[in-house]
Amino acid sequence: MEVPLALLIGLLTGVATWLMLSRNLIRLLLGFAVLGNAVNLLIFTAGRLTRDVPPLVPLDAEAIEGAFANPLPQALVLTAIVIGFGLLAFALVLAWQAYVRLGTIRTDEMREAEPPGEVKP
Amino acid sequence: MPGLSGEGHAADEGLEGRFRSGRAVLTVVLAPFVAAGAAPLLVRLLGHRASFVLALVPAASFLWLVARTDEATPGILESTPWVPGLDVALDFSLDGLSLIFSLLISGIGTLIVVYAGGYLKGHPMLGRFFLFLMMFMGAMQGVVLADNVVSLFVFWELTSLASYLLVGFESSKPAARRAALQALLITGTGGLALLAGLLMLANAGGSWRISDLTGAGSWIQDDPLYLPILILVVLGCFTKSAQWPFHSWLPGAMQAPTPVSAYLHSATMVKAGVYLLARLDPALGGSPEWLWILTGIGGLTMLMGVVFALLETDLKLVLAWTTVSALGTLVFLLGPTHEPGAKAAMAFLLVHALYKGALFMAAGNVDHEAGTRDLTKLGGLMRVMPVTFATAALACVSMAGLPLGLGWVAKELIGAAKIALEDEFGITVIAATLTNLMLFCVAAIVAIVPFTGKPTEPAEHAHEAPWSMLAGPVVLSSLGLVFGMAPNLVADSLIAAATTAVMGRKATLDIVLFKAVDWKFLLTLATFAAGAVLFAFWRRSAARWRAALNPTLDRGPDRGYDHAMAGLAALATWQTRIWQPGLLHRYMAASFAVVTLAVAASLARGDVRFNLSFDGGRLIEWAVFAVTAAAGLVAAFATTRLLAVTALGMLGLGVAMIFMLFGAPDLAITQFMVETLVVVILALVLIRLPGFRLSSRSDRPRWLYGSISVGTGAIVTLLLLGVLAEPFDPRLSEWFGATAVPDAFGHNIVNVILVDFRALDTLGEIIVVFAAALSALAAIGIGARARR
Repeated sequence: MEVPLALLIGLLTGVATWLMLSRNLIRLLLGFAVLGNAVNLLIFTAGRLTRDVPPLVPLDAEAIEGAFANPLPQALVLTAIVIGFGLLAFALVLAWQAYVRLGTIRTDEMREAEPPGEVKP
Repeated sequence: MPGLSGEGHAADEGLEGRFRSGRAVLTVVLAPFVAAGAAPLLVRLLGHRASFVLALVPAASFLWLVARTDEATPGILESTPWVPGLDVALDFSLDGLSLIFSLLISGIGTLIVVYAGGYLKGHPMLGRFFLFLMMFMGAMQGVVLADNVVSLFVFWELTSLASYLLVGFESSKPAARRAALQALLITGTGGLALLAGLLMLANAGGSWRISDLTGAGSWIQDDPLYLPILILVVLGCFTKSAQWPFHSWLPGAMQAPTPVSAYLHSATMVKAGVYLLARLDPALGGSPEWLWILTGIGGLTMLMGVVFALLETDLKLVLAWTTVSALGTLVFLLGPTHEPGAKAAMAFLLVHALYKGALFMAAGNVDHEAGTRDLTKLGGLMRVMPVTFATAALACVSMAGLPLGLGWVAKELIGAAKIALEDEFGITVIAATLTNLMLFCVAAIVAIVPFTGKPTEPAEHAHEAPWSMLAGPVVLSSLGLVFGMAPNLVADSLIAAATTAVMGRKATLDIVLFKAVDWKFLLTLATFAAGAVLFAFWRRSAARWRAALNPTLDRGPDRGYDHAMAGLAALATWQTRIWQPGLLHRYMAASFAVVTLAVAASLARGDVRFNLSFDGGRLIEWAVFAVTAAAGLVAAFATTRLLAVTALGMLGLGVAMIFMLFGAPDLAITQFMVETLVVVILALVLIRLPGFRLSSRSDRPRWLYGSISVGTGAIVTLLLLGVLAEPFDPRLSEWFGATAVPDAFGHNIVNVILVDFRALDTLGEIIVVFAAALSALAAIGIGARARR
């Protein structure tokens, strides 16, 4: 199922890009969340897919017999999920605070740093 | 490619014999730099009297050079390694051409340093001034003594830099800053052209040494790159020597203190272009292109400069425009590449440096003591400033080309050069005669108008300048007289030697002060008479000429410079607006597009295979994929917040299901938990935001951003398929599987990796999440306070 999954990951990446190109800060953050999921799947798939055999050693054994799911990308993705969540939560709070301060969630109206119509040498 | 060996070198036999192992010429170049470093300290210790100590440096160089006059033909070559890895050496050569320039730089330099000590006495930035001035002196010596293309260029640019610093010395004046920048930009742009030209020349000639390039005759003219090289070199020389249409910076540079105008902008730096043209004449000169460019532009500049001089009221600007005219004359004389022209150019070079240096210093005295240099306000200064008047008058004798001055000698030689040209260039003879006529008139203006007549208001409180400011003009103008009466003092040792270097063959010079009363003599007399008549007309109606002509003639290129600068600023603004619009979505679009294109380019270039194997799959897998894809599409196009959040939650659950199906229960559990929390936090935040639609159709360039999105997705898919086609290396995974139980005593391999093998990473992760939570709490707290 690698090919359909690769297509799904491409679709999710495209969706994330589309959302992140929005001028609406909330849509941008939604896109960010989608991108996190797409990238997690990408890492997971790049480590090859194995159906139904989690990387668990039976209790009475020293090692798994036969093929088992690749544990390394799983460890990476587990970290990524948690970090991505922390980042998203923080970004959402920031967006909310930006709204409280600036009265808008549109990025093209947030022009404190680079005011429109003014080019400084 | 024409080589430099063989017959080329034969013409310059004995080149090897010229080498010296000493460092004497190097010392002449480096000593002013050392003095420059010491200047601020000396000024702090000695005040304006530091000028006397500093003047010893150029004075010593001058004496050393005078003692070397006999060796100038064939010359001295020195070489000191500088960047051996790049084959850049400090090669210096002293031949007749270098000698005459180097003598002017050190001789006039000595007088100028003394003069500046008086002129800028008490100036708070005197130390800085001498630092710049001595730095310029060293750089200028470097230009005329360098025998290496690269070091010549480095010194050349250093003189531009020193000129920038000196013109802008009164940095609180906006006009001075503008003039300094204009001078730097024009000469700097020309410098870039020159660099390209010199590198091409050195490349074609296969040597970095100028003596190699010029000693081999005119081989370069058969090279297909000859014309580009010529144009680039000429551009560099013309910008430096203020030829039309690059002349506008030179009158502007009069914003500099007068010692600078006298030194850089009349006697030395502006002649660097002339020097380089003369230096490269043996290689580049003699072609029709050379003849037409130099004679044409030089003649035009010569005529234009003197016309503008007649229209000025500022004494320094009058002199500046005659300098432009003189530089034009020098270029004009170098055009034909024949011996009379070169001789005349070298003689005129010497004459002009002497009289113009003296006149600038005299004008500085007038400005300094009478408080103005406006010709319409000056008059009757003769009585209060007799010495200054005498020097100005004497210098003007030279400038006008009257007998007894050295100018007469130069005028005779120029006359001979013109006659040698006459059959081809009748019009240039007319131009040169007209220039002479007007120059006579300007000389009369400068010598007569400020000094004679009824004393005006500025003259009443004026007094003679101190001796330090008189020494320079007195010495220079007297030298003009002495050389004028005994021209053989300089004829062979300087002028003929320099001509030899320019022409690449032995030149001799016999000066006869008075030949006979022939038509040439009568023409000279007629020119003087016409000049006197012009002066009479000028006295009566100069104000009307100015009123009529200045608005139309007024410095087209100077305005062109302003337009160019404004255009440059507009271009910068325009492209900054494009690249830096301050819009986040544009930055995002550019980032995504660039990354996508870069990955696409590397995929297209490399020999990449794609894994397209397909095992059919299970129904549950297809169902989960379909739900996840649908949730993604809904999230992309949702217009209400509720729908978007629901779709996002759905998508997260789909991803968790995929982890479940492919043997990653730990991931699935974590994903379930995180998705739940994300939806809760999203809902909490969205509740606090006002009602808005998530998207509207006019929101963005839909087709462009749509294409970027589709492209990014497609590239990620291709990238993954390419990765999957590569052979898999299972060693790490197998190692973790084999060691989890024996080494770490854990049966869940993923957990063992996280908490045992990579425990430190996990600790870092915990800290990151903790920090994010703290920051979020702080932000909420600040927001709460801000609302109160």
